[in-house]
Amino acid sequence: MACIEARGLRKAFGSTIAVDGVDLRIEEGRIVGLIGPNGAGKTTALNAFLGLTPYEGELRVLGRDPWTERDRLMCDVSFIADVAVLPRWIRVSQALDYVAGVHPRFDRAKAEGFLAKTSIKRTSKVRELSKGMVAQLHLALVMAIDARLLVLDEPTLGLDILYRKQFYDSLLNDYFDRTRTIVVATHQIEEIKDVLTDLMFINYGRIVLNCTMDEYESRFVEVMLHPEKITAARALRPMYERQTLGRTVLLFDSVNRQQLVALGDVRTPSIADLFVAVMGNQGDMKGAAK
Amino acid sequence: MNTTSNAVQESQLGISPAVLSATRSFYWSVRRELWEYRSIYLAPASIAAVIVLGFVFVLVGLPHTVRSAMALSPNHQRDALAQPFEVAAGLIMAASFIVSFYYALDSLYGERRDRSILFWKSLPVSDRTTVLAKAFVLLLVLPTISVAITVVTEAIIVLLSSAVLAASGLSVAGFWAQLQPMQSMMALLYHIGTVHILWYAPLYTWLLLISAWSKRAPLLWALLPPFAIVVFERVAFHTTYFQNFLQNRFGGGNDAASGNMLDPEMRMPIFHFMITPGLWFGLLFAAAFLVAATRLRRARGPI
Repeated sequence: MACIEARGLRKAFGSTIAVDGVDLRIEEGRIVGLIGPNGAGKTTALNAFLGLTPYEGELRVLGRDPWTERDRLMCDVSFIADVAVLPRWIRVSQALDYVAGVHPRFDRAKAEGFLAKTSIKRTSKVRELSKGMVAQLHLALVMAIDARLLVLDEPTLGLDILYRKQFYDSLLNDYFDRTRTIVVATHQIEEIKDVLTDLMFINYGRIVLNCTMDEYESRFVEVMLHPEKITAARALRPMYERQTLGRTVLLFDSVNRQQLVALGDVRTPSIADLFVAVMGNQGDMKGAAK
Repeated sequence: MNTTSNAVQESQLGISPAVLSATRSFYWSVRRELWEYRSIYLAPASIAAVIVLGFVFVLVGLPHTVRSAMALSPNHQRDALAQPFEVAAGLIMAASFIVSFYYALDSLYGERRDRSILFWKSLPVSDRTTVLAKAFVLLLVLPTISVAITVVTEAIIVLLSSAVLAASGLSVAGFWAQLQPMQSMMALLYHIGTVHILWYAPLYTWLLLISAWSKRAPLLWALLPPFAIVVFERVAFHTTYFQNFLQNRFGGGNDAASGNMLDPEMRMPIFHFMITPGLWFGLLFAAAFLVAATRLRRARGPI
């Protein structure tokens, strides 16, 4: 069954179109990275999935309409919208009490277990915790909820590298069990590369790339050219060209690897390079359209 | 696990899980409000503490007051003795009115300003439950706390007075008979129930609505529209209907809502109050404001 299914999903704020006719289908058990530049429509799309904003078009999350059934949907969906959304006045013990009180699928013992591994005191107020500790607390609350879909929107923004690493490690080791679905939007692409099963690029409110990580590794090839092979290489229609350390690097989509080996040093591009290539072409398209 | 234990409880009680879970989220939503806005009980309690402290100074002159009151007619006697109680009740009521005003304006605005609305909305609690919990705190919890604190304060005052009177050889029983504690208690409850809850409901729910709607300065937005109507009416039609209406409704001009409520003899019969059309129109508006606040809470995000 599809966890999230959207057809013609659209959302405009006045004359600004944040999400422009998105069609997508995310199956259960996937970990999807939603990646796009600032203002690309990531947060708006995620908000639509979570019932935080009305939208046009068709959208089903776990078979429900998020806008009209947010409270029921939230029994099966968790989200961390930002690092700093836990109310600052709440005590750690109150947060545990409250979530245990309202959430039928919250396992308090599990949350206490996660917290025991941190230095967070039960009597502290959120305002007394460091940013990293607040993220740990929120993650402990969320991971103790037996949800089918977890949505993370820049969950580690502003955290130092140790907390970020820990965050994704616990998510993968203690939470993900192949039946849950995780959708994560972030700018820190390389850090979550190994976690993902699917990659989705979004720009100008549209999905511009949607592939599994397996596809990504087989489809995209980057070649650092031998200088004399430039013409031959360009004939194979690379999707992007850049210069690095005085050498030309071309990025190809679905071109036979054997053919490319003769032209230079072949490797799988980093997600960042692929992102720049895809977004760069998007910019060209916009330019051409004008 | 929590899920199973909840399920077991539900089946044992024979109540449908949906109803039970709605009650549970309502209960926790109310508790959340009391955690967040501790001024709901701290403000009236600290005023009460100040009153008791101040009354200690009155105690010194109390035997003299009682002796001179003996010379007065029974009605004046009661007035003289009841004065500290009316002052205490009035001040605590004023404190809780200020807290209610502040609470109503902040409750749906503050959670958007500090972005915590994204946390609250990530949990299976509907916007209706949230708004109703806030209205419940505003219209029932706050007045109840205010009454409770008033009763405790007055009890302390009575006990202190009795001790002082007994020590100076005056009749404590006579003092108690004059005070008519049950009667003034009923007057207080009646006043809170009619004026603070029913009659002022549209005012409080209007503040909740503005709190859910405004992106900044909710106080300004709450006061500006009525003020604008008053000004417009004066300039355009040279009339003051709306101003008079507001003064009558909330300024104590109406019989039902007047300050005389505390005086047991001038109490308006409850039946008379219940058939005032203004009461029911007001409640209708209050309900509409709550529905609108719920819809806004659903659509609005952090600011």
